[in-house]
Amino acid sequence: MALPFPLSDLLVILPELILSELALGILLWAAVVKRERERALAWASLASLAIAAALLPVAASFAGELPRSAFGGMIALDGFSLFFKALTLLAAAVTILFSLRFVGTSPYPGGEYYALLLLTTVGMMFMASGTHLVSIYVALELMALSQYVLAGYFKQETKSVEAAAKYFVLGAFSSGVLLYGLSLVYGATGTLSLGGVSAALEAAPRSTLLMVGVVLVACGMLFKVASAPFHVWAPDVYEGAPTPVSAFFAVGPKLAAYAIFARIFFDGFGPRSDDWAPVLAASAALTMVVGNVGALMQTNVKRLLGYSSIGHAGYALLGLLAYRAGGAAGQPEAFGLWAILFYLTAYLLMTFGAFGLVVLLEAKGYATESVDDFNGLWKRNPLAAGAMVVFLLSLAGIPPTAGFVGKYLLFSAALKAGWPALVVLGVLMSAVSLFYYFRIVRAMYLVDGEGEVRWREEPAVAVAVGLCFAGTLAFGVLPQPLIALAKSCLLP
Amino acid sequence: MEPGLFFFWLFSAVVVVGAVGVVVMRQPIHSALFLLLSFLGVACLYVQARAELVAAVQVLVYAGGVMVLFLYTIMLVNVKRQRTERYLHRQAVPALGFGFLFLLVVGGVVVNEARALAGKAPAADPAALATTVIGSETVLGNTQAVGWVLYRDYLLPFEIASLFLLVAMIGAVVLGKRTMERFD
Amino acid sequence: MQSYIPILFFAAIAALFPIAILVVMALLRAKAPNPTKLSPYECGIASATDAHDHRFSVRYYLIAVLFVVFDVETVFLFPWAVMYDKLLLFGLIEMAVFLYILVLGYVYVWKRGALSWA
Repeated sequence: MALPFPLSDLLVILPELILSELALGILLWAAVVKRERERALAWASLASLAIAAALLPVAASFAGELPRSAFGGMIALDGFSLFFKALTLLAAAVTILFSLRFVGTSPYPGGEYYALLLLTTVGMMFMASGTHLVSIYVALELMALSQYVLAGYFKQETKSVEAAAKYFVLGAFSSGVLLYGLSLVYGATGTLSLGGVSAALEAAPRSTLLMVGVVLVACGMLFKVASAPFHVWAPDVYEGAPTPVSAFFAVGPKLAAYAIFARIFFDGFGPRSDDWAPVLAASAALTMVVGNVGALMQTNVKRLLGYSSIGHAGYALLGLLAYRAGGAAGQPEAFGLWAILFYLTAYLLMTFGAFGLVVLLEAKGYATESVDDFNGLWKRNPLAAGAMVVFLLSLAGIPPTAGFVGKYLLFSAALKAGWPALVVLGVLMSAVSLFYYFRIVRAMYLVDGEGEVRWREEPAVAVAVGLCFAGTLAFGVLPQPLIALAKSCLLP
Repeated sequence: MEPGLFFFWLFSAVVVVGAVGVVVMRQPIHSALFLLLSFLGVACLYVQARAELVAAVQVLVYAGGVMVLFLYTIMLVNVKRQRTERYLHRQAVPALGFGFLFLLVVGGVVVNEARALAGKAPAADPAALATTVIGSETVLGNTQAVGWVLYRDYLLPFEIASLFLLVAMIGAVVLGKRTMERFD
Repeated sequence: MQSYIPILFFAAIAALFPIAILVVMALLRAKAPNPTKLSPYECGIASATDAHDHRFSVRYYLIAVLFVVFDVETVFLFPWAVMYDKLLLFGLIEMAVFLYILVLGYVYVWKRGALSWA
């Protein structure tokens, strides 16, 4: 019997295989475990993530020479996907540490929460290595569906349910737009593999069918990364979802979406980059403005961070435009590529750090923290206030933080790629962002009086925030190791 | 008019009438029935395009399963109160504008592409697409062709789809079950 | 496409038959309505409330979602079944993996008590 693929292809997806298997185990365990023993599920999930992370290099070494294509070109394992897979695993692990209290105090059993988190991670990992529009789409849906459920998991909170409903309706709509675009691309090129699409675009003349298809795919993707003009859902969802889930939404799915964004547009639609680059550039400019100006008017901290993450989506789009600055993917001189890898790592650390502090300091129950609640935090808890300052500085892009280095690399890559106007706008908007980040700093240090936030004894969250804090500072002062890692991941 | 073309326009008309009915009907249950009509029209179009399996799936999953979901949803909400509320609000005007714009663009593309294709022989005979060559053997049929491609080339997405269905199940239980007590 | 002509006939008959019955009944029947006759028939008892006043339990919906999931699963079985003799052991194993995941889901749903009506 002739197999369609060599059996060694299974080794390429070994981390995903094992992780989904462990997720199934945790799901069954969740159905029978006693309520008071549920915390064991969290540790088991963390262990599963660690196992999957440990298997990443194993899979890479078994796969032989990278990039290694598998399952008839459905997915590929390369440095790019390995880096993103590691980041998504890290994001899921931090989210679990953040979630312990939420799951523990919820009136509903919490085991499924962890299983869903693991399954959404499996989806993100498959996205990171997808090289075929079908595998990318199915993985994207696996990720998204799990997240709709996570957003509404704590259904005793009306806001959580509202966030889930909004996320679901808009997410499903954007998936429809994306799918429609993909079908038009298929109609125009006759193939769904990214390499095939690229080859067909090289050969084929310009066609309006293809153009509409590419535009619709772009719209769908901009929805997924919450970029203007498709960003409206993000602040509402981040505000309403449980804070650990919001933190996860602001990082995990965005990372995975950037991975497929880069793949689809550069590996697939690359030959037509002259057509779509202006569209993405316009969206990047609009996103930077809308996110940063919108954040100025927010009083709720989670909404503020939501708008700030929209602003960061704009910077990251700028990075996507510069993806190929200085060389093709897989080349060590692909400056734009490792710049965006560095930036996204920094984004993960500082966003999780800021959200983690909101989890730690959560005030009146559920999702009601306003900036005023941070009043005078400095006197009560100088440590938390200091850490918050570092994360906010990093988000604003001030040295000596990882956010600064990331932005610097990103903007230089964008300059190299020939987008000076956008870089100027980005710098301007970073200056605007100082205003709203410093509103929190002002509340913590300069405003007298007692805010509502209280320090909660949660060692797991404190550890996770501490790690983010260390990373944000360390990669800000000494960015070289991370840059070297990002570069080495891109080596062929 | 040749019969194939006649039936194409007939089924298309059914689809469009169904879709418009979904939007303009006041009673949700009537909207659902129009949606059913639209689903069936689409299934007929699939049959015409020689995609028999997709037509069967359309009837089985959409006209069958998804329709049941819609009907239950209508039963879940308080229909009586819904009827007295306005269902066109201020977003209707921009929505109509964007919808019209979208129609214009997609319609323009379709007309454009159809012009470019006019007079050319079809790239592939639909009947030829429904044959699968395995070694020296030729297997006829659309369902068979789908089976051959789906379970060999698309193995990985197929298995991911199974995880997706699993998540749908978990989601239904987590969100739909009022209390999550166990029965051990 | 010729093979679809009988189906077309059946569809036409299926559509015309109820219409014909309604028309014929309308022509033949005696017309003497009164309020009791016009009220909805509910086991011979006067109906207490309007059906629209009730909201049905969310449990129906849960069952419906589970039905759709397994419906989709069945759909995947058809193209697999017709090509079973060509896909051989490879096809058997991949379908086993597919079903394994869904059966685990089924066990989960069962253990969670989502299938019991209590």
